[in-house]
Order: sequence, then structure tokens, then C-alpha cells
Amino acid sequence: MNITKNIHEWLFSLMPETTASIVEMVLIAVVYLAIFAVAGLYLVLLERRVAAWFQLRLGPNRVGYQGLLQTMADALKLVSKELTGTLKADKFLYNLAPYFVIVTALMAMSLFPFTKELHAFDINIGIFFLIAISSIGVIGILLAGWSSNNKFALIGAMRSGVQTISYELSVGLSLLTMVLMTGSLQLSQIVEVQEKGGWLIVQGHIPALIAFCIYMIAGTAETNRAPFDLVEAESELGAGFHTEYSGMKFAYFFLAEFINMFIIASIATTVFFGAYLSPFGITENIPLLGVFWFLGKTLLLIFLMMWFRWTFPRLRIDQLLVLEWKYLLPLNLMNLLLMALMVLLGLTIQF
Amino acid sequence: MDTTPIINNFKSEEYQINMGPQHPATHGVLRLLLTIDGEIIKKVEPDLGYIHRSIEKMCERDSYQQIVHLTDRMDYLSSHINNEAVCLTVENALELEIPERVKVIRTIIAELTRIASHTLWWGVMGMDVGALTTYFYGFRDREMINDIFEETCGARLTMNYNIPGGLMFDIHPNFVKRTKEFIAHFKTKLPEYDLLLSNNIIFRKRMEGIGILTKEDAISFGASGPVGRASGYSCDVRKHHSYSAYDKVKFNEVLKTEGDTYSRYQVRVLEMWESLSIIEQLIDNIPEGDFFAKTNAVIKLPEGEYYQKVETARGELGVYIVSTGTKNPYRMKFRSPGFSNLSLLNHIAVGGKIGDLVATMATLDLVIPDIDR
Repeated sequence: MNITKNIHEWLFSLMPETTASIVEMVLIAVVYLAIFAVAGLYLVLLERRVAAWFQLRLGPNRVGYQGLLQTMADALKLVSKELTGTLKADKFLYNLAPYFVIVTALMAMSLFPFTKELHAFDINIGIFFLIAISSIGVIGILLAGWSSNNKFALIGAMRSGVQTISYELSVGLSLLTMVLMTGSLQLSQIVEVQEKGGWLIVQGHIPALIAFCIYMIAGTAETNRAPFDLVEAESELGAGFHTEYSGMKFAYFFLAEFINMFIIASIATTVFFGAYLSPFGITENIPLLGVFWFLGKTLLLIFLMMWFRWTFPRLRIDQLLVLEWKYLLPLNLMNLLLMALMVLLGLTIQF
Repeated sequence: MDTTPIINNFKSEEYQINMGPQHPATHGVLRLLLTIDGEIIKKVEPDLGYIHRSIEKMCERDSYQQIVHLTDRMDYLSSHINNEAVCLTVENALELEIPERVKVIRTIIAELTRIASHTLWWGVMGMDVGALTTYFYGFRDREMINDIFEETCGARLTMNYNIPGGLMFDIHPNFVKRTKEFIAHFKTKLPEYDLLLSNNIIFRKRMEGIGILTKEDAISFGASGPVGRASGYSCDVRKHHSYSAYDKVKFNEVLKTEGDTYSRYQVRVLEMWESLSIIEQLIDNIPEGDFFAKTNAVIKLPEGEYYQKVETARGELGVYIVSTGTKNPYRMKFRSPGFSNLSLLNHIAVGGKIGDLVATMATLDLVIPDIDR
């Protein structure tokens, strides 16, 4: 990438090395923040249009061309709204909670390889870091429910705690199954393996497919989206944990949900579908098209999650736990064993 | 030696939450005071009166023609059937000969109302268990019925099409054609309801085996309509105390014996098929003739007590009039299905989770203005 290289050299020629790298980091962070704020907003729009499509209506299509400015307008409105809170809320935790949720969501974003070069933060514990970061977000939800001094919010937060702790196991184990094939947690290494031997979902065939299904179910549960939206459960708890939030603080929770959805889909793209790699290597000569492939695959998976949401009814809390502990977890453990055997016996498909 | 009983102090903590008056699942201004232990319901206390308009008292002030208009505002989803109940009571008291045409048209529109009410219920039912899309599917089909109503009598929800003695206007020339169009349309859409919701594994798991109401309890709580019939209690007024043109048509009373939430759901979906078949039998045979029987401008009921019940979309609606021979009723009382059906909520919801309560309440199909009046 010439532009980034030029900026890098220019910065380093301008000031001492430490200052330059700090400035560089800040610059990258700002760029990422801007991109994902916008991405979050457009995912909201996408969801509204997809929902409208499923529900025989038009959706927002008046503000800007085909409603492209609708969510911008909504965000502006939310920014300008007064922040109201409850009198007996635990003020400190109440104000802290939204930042927990949004910051962890944005932190995870930095890891994804959009192309071979366009990869901000490539550490050797990539997958582990992603799982760890995305599970910190639940602390924000718990704090929000606990501190807002509302029983409905508290029930929502407790549900969230139970749900996220359970389903993290499945997310972690299904990703671990795939890591068995790559032998590395580093995202660039994982993609490299796929560059040589085909996408992991093809390489690992049956166990990989099972792992993918489990991952998508658990991932949907992790993001608290329907059919696992017990945390908000509109018809049961009103708005769940964010009942008492308004204005921009509510918007943080709302945006975080969509960015989390993007993260879950991005992890799946990276681990199962070869990240920026084009199918059969058709655009190998133009590395910049990797961004297109990465986003294309991610959006396809996001669409799948939206499809879930607008089709399925919600589970009950005990059914949610039964599904995880009695079905997904044992299946996942067996699948892990199967994959280990396959890798040991060399039964994976290699191109 | 006297022994002091050991008191178990290690109870988990119960707490109370207010579900309503503003709550998405109560569909109106019903307040439920829930005593819950974690997620498990220990007690449900309905608190009524948030939309009480003293309709029964207002009836004592109004003439019989005016009373019909008030009944729209009770169970607004089956407003035509409420109107019909009052009209039938007055007509029976006056011993009026009602033209056959009126009876048939009333029956067709009542069944269309029932379908409209059930489609709305189906959509809201899905929404209560978290499937938001069903709401719009239900409304799509209900909209066609509302269009027919609008063309026929000018109103979509509070219809006021009935007057004591007959109908306010004759049917619109397009009525038969559009009703047939609707039947053809709805016959292709009803199987979709099953595909989308009824056979969904999550939905089945949510609904089956919860909120069980036995036949004995159904009778003793005065349950009626689909709620009673799902428990095996044969209580269809259209069958047992036939009125209007129901004696001329063949239809089945949908009965289920399980009494759980899912069977209440099924009864309503199957009832839509029955209503379609009733309309199909009548729509081609609307007799010619007058659309009203002549009554006096001021209706005075002879002294006495009159009672008439009809089957609304929610169950048995009874109208009780005490007349002293004047132009107003001395006392008017409505026996609304929603009130009795709500009374059994505590009985069947205790022991379930919050999600179960919402699902159970959805299948009781409560309309709050019908309960409060």
C-alpha cells in the first residue's frame, strides 16, 4: 500500500521514532473509528431495509437516495437529545456502561485482515484476543442493568450474563476446532493456510461445516440477537438492559449490537471462508479487491443473521441454556475430537 | 414437651414487578402485578380499570339506537358482532321479523370480522413470542377485509353497520366480488401461516405443554370461545344457540383436548378455515329483499328482562337488558368474554417463566377495552 507507506515514511522523517509511532497509532485508530461508526450506521440501515423486505413493506427510503442518509439523520437526532437518567441510579456505573460496550466492540475491529497488507494489528494470539475482547462487552450490559435501578433492566442483564457465559464456550470451541487445522491463532497465518490449501470450510469438510453451524448459532446468541434476544425481549421486558438509557448512550448500545454482529461475521469470514481470498483465486492479481471479497462474504453472513432475526420466534431462557449445555457443547466437543483425528490421519481436503 | 416448628428461613427472594399499564405484551392498558422468583412466576394479579369508560352506565342514558354505537368501543376487533348482539336483543324483545337478507349479510360480515380479528391476533401472537414478521403478514390479510368493510359501510374498525331492525345501508355492489377475491387470496395465505409459525420448531417448543387449562377449570372459570374450546369444552354459541343465519350453514366446532397454549393457538387458526367455509356457503346465496325491518323512530322495549348471547372472536358475549318500558334501558349489562378469560390467567400462568406468561397471555387474546368496558 503506497499511501500508507508514504505517510509512514513522512511521519518518521518529521519527528523522533517514538512520537512518530504514537502519532501513527492515533491516526489509524481515528480512521478505524470513523470507518466503523459509519459501518455501524449503514448496518442499521441495511437491517431496516432487509426487515422491510421480509415484512412486505418499503423501509426508510426518503432521506437521501433510497434512504441512505436516514440513519445519519437518526444519529444526529440521538446526539442532540437530552440525556435523561433515573434518580436513584448508580451514577458512575450507569455512565460507564455504554463505553464498555462500544469500546470493546471497536477494539475487536482492528484485527481483521481486509487484504494481505491492509491489516492494522496482527498479533500471534489473534483468535484468542478476539474472543476475550468480545466477551468483555457483557460487563457493560451487566453494569447497565445493575446500575439503572430498574427490575426489568436487571432481569435483562442477568439473562445476558447467563447467555453470554454459556455461548462463549461454543464460540471458543468451534473456533478452536478450526485452529487445529491451521496450527496458529494468528489471523494472517490462518489466511495463509487457506491461501495454500483452500478455504478452511472446504479443507475441513464435515467437522468444519458442523463447527460453522455451531459458530453461527452461538455467534447470534453472543450478539444478543433474535432468536436469542432474551436480553432485550421486547414483549417480555420492554427494552431489557437499556430501558433507562436515552440519547447517545442508548445509541452506543444500539451501534455496539451492529458492530458486534459485524465482528461475528468477520471472524467467520476469516476463519471459515478465507478472509480476503477470492473464490478459486480469480482476482489474485489485484490484491486491493480483497476488501471487496472480505466485505462481500461478511455482508452475506450478516444477511444470514438478519434472516434468522426476522424469521424465528424467541427462545425461552431455560430452552436457551438446554440448547447450549445439552446439545451444542457435547456436539462441539465430539466435533473437536473428530477434527483432531482428521488432522492426525491427514483426511483434510487439500488443493 | 412442646416443640417449636422449624421455620425454613432459606427461601429465595421473591419480588414484585409491574407489567403494565404500559407494556408491549399487555396490548393495552392492563396492569399485571407479578410476584416472581428469578424468572419463575409465583402470582399474577391483574389490575383493571385503566380504560374504564362506564359504558354500561352510559347505556342507561342512551336510546337503543345509540347503544349500538357504544358497543363498538368494547371489543373493537369484533365491533360488528358486538353491534349484532345488541341489535338481536332489541329485535327479540320487540319480536320483529328480520328479513333473510339481513341475517345472511350479518353472518357474512360477522365471519369476516372473526377472520380479521384472528389474523390480527395471529400477527400479535407471533410478535409476543419474538417473531416480528408475522405481524405484517397478519395485517396484510386483515387490510383486505378492512377495505371491504370500508366500501360497504364507510368504517374500517368501528363499523356501526347494524341498527335495531336490520342494516344501515344495503351492501355495496362490489361486496360479493371483493369478498370472493379475499377468499381466494386468503386460501393461499393461510397455509403460509402454518409454514412460518405453526410448524416452527422454536415456536412449538415455546407453546406446547405450557399454560394448561383443564376442561373442569375452563367451565368453572367461565372460559368461552377458543380458550374454552381448546380445553375440550364445547361452548360455541353459533352451534348451541344459533342466531342469524348460522342454522343454515354447515360448519365444525373446532375442539382440542390438550388445553395448552399451542392448542389454543391451533383452535384459532383452524377457526379461520371454518369461517372461510361459512362465508363460501353464504356468499352466493344472499337473498333479495329489504335490508331492514321497519321499526319506530323511538324504540321502547316492553317491560321485562332480555338476554341474548353471541359468539365474538374472543368468546361468548352476553347482552342483558332490563327494561321498564321507556326508551332507555333501566339496566344494561355485558358479559364480556375477555373478563372471564383474564380471570384464569393466574391459574394457568403460575409456575411458568416470564416468557411463558407472555405466550399464555397472547393466546387468551385479551382486548383490554372489552375487559374494562
